[in-house]
Amino acid sequence: MDILPILATLRRHKVTATLLILQIALTCAIVCNAVFLITQRLHRMDMPSGVAEHELVHLRLADIGRRDDEKARTAEDLALLRQIPGVTEVASVNQVPFGNSSNNSGIKLDPKQSQSTLNMTTYFGENLAQAFGVQLVSGRMLQPDDYMDFDAVVHAAQAGDLKHLPSVIVITQALAERLWPGQSALGKQIYLGSEVPLRVVGVVRGLVRPSIWDDAMAQYTGILPVRVFDGNYILRTAPGERDRVLKAAIAALKKSDPHRVVIAQHIWDDMRSDFFRQDRAMAVLLVGVCIALLVVTALGIVGLGSFWVAQRRRQIGVRRALGATRANILHYFQTENFLLATIGIGLGMVLAYGINLFLMQHYELPRLPAIYFPVGAVALWLIGQVAVLGPALRAAAVPPVVATRSV
Amino acid sequence: MISYYLDLALRSLKRNKVLTALMVLAIAVGIGTSMTTLTVMHVLSGDPIPQKSADLFRVGLNVFPDDNFRPGDKVPDNLTRRDAEALLRDARADRQAMMSAGTMVVTPAQGDPLSLEARYTTADFFAMFAVPFRFGHGWDRGDDGHHARVAVISAALNDQLFGGRDSTGSMLQVGGQSLRIVGVLDDWSMNPRFYDLSNGRFGDSEQVFVPLATALDLHLATSGTMNCWGNVPDEHAADAPCLWLQYWAELDAPSTRRAYRQYLQNYMAQQRQAGRFTHPGQIRLLDVMQWLDAKGVVPSDVRLQVWLALGFLGICLLNTVGLLLAKFLRRSGEISVRRALGASRRAIFMQCLVEAGVVGLAGGVCGLALAGLGLVLVRHQPTDYAGLIRMDPSMLLATFVLALLSSLLAGLLPAWRAMHVAPAVALKSN
Repeated sequence: MDILPILATLRRHKVTATLLILQIALTCAIVCNAVFLITQRLHRMDMPSGVAEHELVHLRLADIGRRDDEKARTAEDLALLRQIPGVTEVASVNQVPFGNSSNNSGIKLDPKQSQSTLNMTTYFGENLAQAFGVQLVSGRMLQPDDYMDFDAVVHAAQAGDLKHLPSVIVITQALAERLWPGQSALGKQIYLGSEVPLRVVGVVRGLVRPSIWDDAMAQYTGILPVRVFDGNYILRTAPGERDRVLKAAIAALKKSDPHRVVIAQHIWDDMRSDFFRQDRAMAVLLVGVCIALLVVTALGIVGLGSFWVAQRRRQIGVRRALGATRANILHYFQTENFLLATIGIGLGMVLAYGINLFLMQHYELPRLPAIYFPVGAVALWLIGQVAVLGPALRAAAVPPVVATRSV
Repeated sequence: MISYYLDLALRSLKRNKVLTALMVLAIAVGIGTSMTTLTVMHVLSGDPIPQKSADLFRVGLNVFPDDNFRPGDKVPDNLTRRDAEALLRDARADRQAMMSAGTMVVTPAQGDPLSLEARYTTADFFAMFAVPFRFGHGWDRGDDGHHARVAVISAALNDQLFGGRDSTGSMLQVGGQSLRIVGVLDDWSMNPRFYDLSNGRFGDSEQVFVPLATALDLHLATSGTMNCWGNVPDEHAADAPCLWLQYWAELDAPSTRRAYRQYLQNYMAQQRQAGRFTHPGQIRLLDVMQWLDAKGVVPSDVRLQVWLALGFLGICLLNTVGLLLAKFLRRSGEISVRRALGASRRAIFMQCLVEAGVVGLAGGVCGLALAGLGLVLVRHQPTDYAGLIRMDPSMLLATFVLALLSSLLAGLLPAWRAMHVAPAVALKSN
């Protein structure tokens, strides 16, 4: 196909051609970045939790004001919950993954450091790892004789009595790799605050923290041997049994004391979908905008293409009369569109990169991967070709006899 | 003349219905998305308390000990109990209050116990934030001092527990203790809840208000950020090294603002002399709008959506410019005849702009419908601000201004080109 005559024609329609190129460029730039944002959100929604997601039930009871009997009450509750048929593990915990309240602490590798090395979340609760279904990678889980009561730990910390403070900890693989890259974490020492030394006895595959404010630190987690009595219960059961177990658990607790208030109750999958609901909403919105953008641009190409064909009816007729085939005319318009799209895409890539730089600065987004450029280009070429096909076919159908008619 | 142009425009638009529909649709979709996101932005960045927002100041002090002090760090949002109580005792502002969020379980006379959102604060809270009362009134400073067992409840809780009657003087059972209700609020909600953004930024206000001293006596649970350093047996103790209390001051005149700033600087100097820290110890005093801005109260997703929508509108406009241009230039012959018969360039320009304006208005009307649909979708999104999003008259007007402006802008270039059609050449080529 000869490109020079097409360029010569386009030169006579500079403004319209420029407008189309600009439109394609802007669409390309915005769609590339929007698709990138969508994949970021989807990736985030897939964040691993490290727990047996489809086997968990969570219950939270309100603190009703009496504080003296909480230990006895928790023991009683756990016994009741364990008796429910189908329940395999129970635990009283201080926080839950993807929940919205969290206990965090700065840790140091050397007590003399003036600033913390990093901030990790601290999970408390006897039998917590087993109830959550956390997977051990190396070392051992916490044992019953490692555990101490929360109030006793607070008193010991106040008195500076190291003997009655926890001395062991289980951490996640991600945290171990961050603290001691390439080494085994087992037997290593970390310091909670600057006073409490803890020896790593086990490493688990993962356990995500509640209230994540930085995705890079989502897996910086430690499990401490502390018993808590806050009315925050985790039950593990077979996936199909969860709804029944949840109902039975509430009935059992209400039966033991009708004055109790259940503030939260859910099967754990709902917590995940709740936690990421804004990401999901944003992803859906972005998909909608991308589709609308592409449709508008395609319609613009159809509109302009139709105009050009109508405008050049006579010229097409002359070419046909001079021996051009229908295919020649069809290819002429297709090539024209391809040329405009290519310039637009080239410009769009530069613009996409610019927008990405802006987003990186203001929304902490990573760099746009290079793969987006060729994929975006092919997508826009295809859309351009599909959009121009209608007007091009109409052009090809112009009979040669038009050349002999005056307008 | 305009009516003649309007007639011409309508005729021209009718001649090519598909193309007209395309242009109107493009503008409508662009306007619809832009106005949806701009409305969300407008609502979220609004002033929650316009009559007083310039007089209310959030107080921040950096009293970190030297070990925890990092130069260049922001001044923390909250105060320690020690500092908050000291400022409250001095009472140098026109009004002032310290406060914290909390939750409590109330046992009603009948039915299940309720877990309620609460605010523990001091007497000036109600007057300072212009809180309306349906029955009774707030407590006074004396009640704060005596740790009085009193409470103020929301209208919704009053409806739920007392069927909406005047419940002042009735008792509220909280964890085995009784609090006497002294006031019932009228409908009141601050969106965003500027006085404490840490527990959900949008939504209804708290259901129970209790003097802070009373809440501490009863060991009621607090919620919100608790940032401590050192060994802390009791985070709520009078001298605990924990930042957890919000502190607001009302300063009505520029002179009191200057004096208060000076007072805070003196206070920090005293603390430094007392040996709490050796760093300079910054202070921060932000009025409501500055405070909301500093806390980035508009979610970053919403800002991103506005940018996206404006980009979208830009593409739709480019689209319309291209189509209008093609349309006008195709009518070169007609334009030339009018020019040859004596129409000025200005008249041609006006005629084209009127046609663009008609397209814009039609696009605006459709865009408004689309924006309405968009806002319905926003209200069904799982965000805490979903229920607040409404289009107000100013945004309604803005929609039409934006639609008309953008279509005129889109018509500018095509009209310019059309008026420069050389009549002789165009007529001859026909």
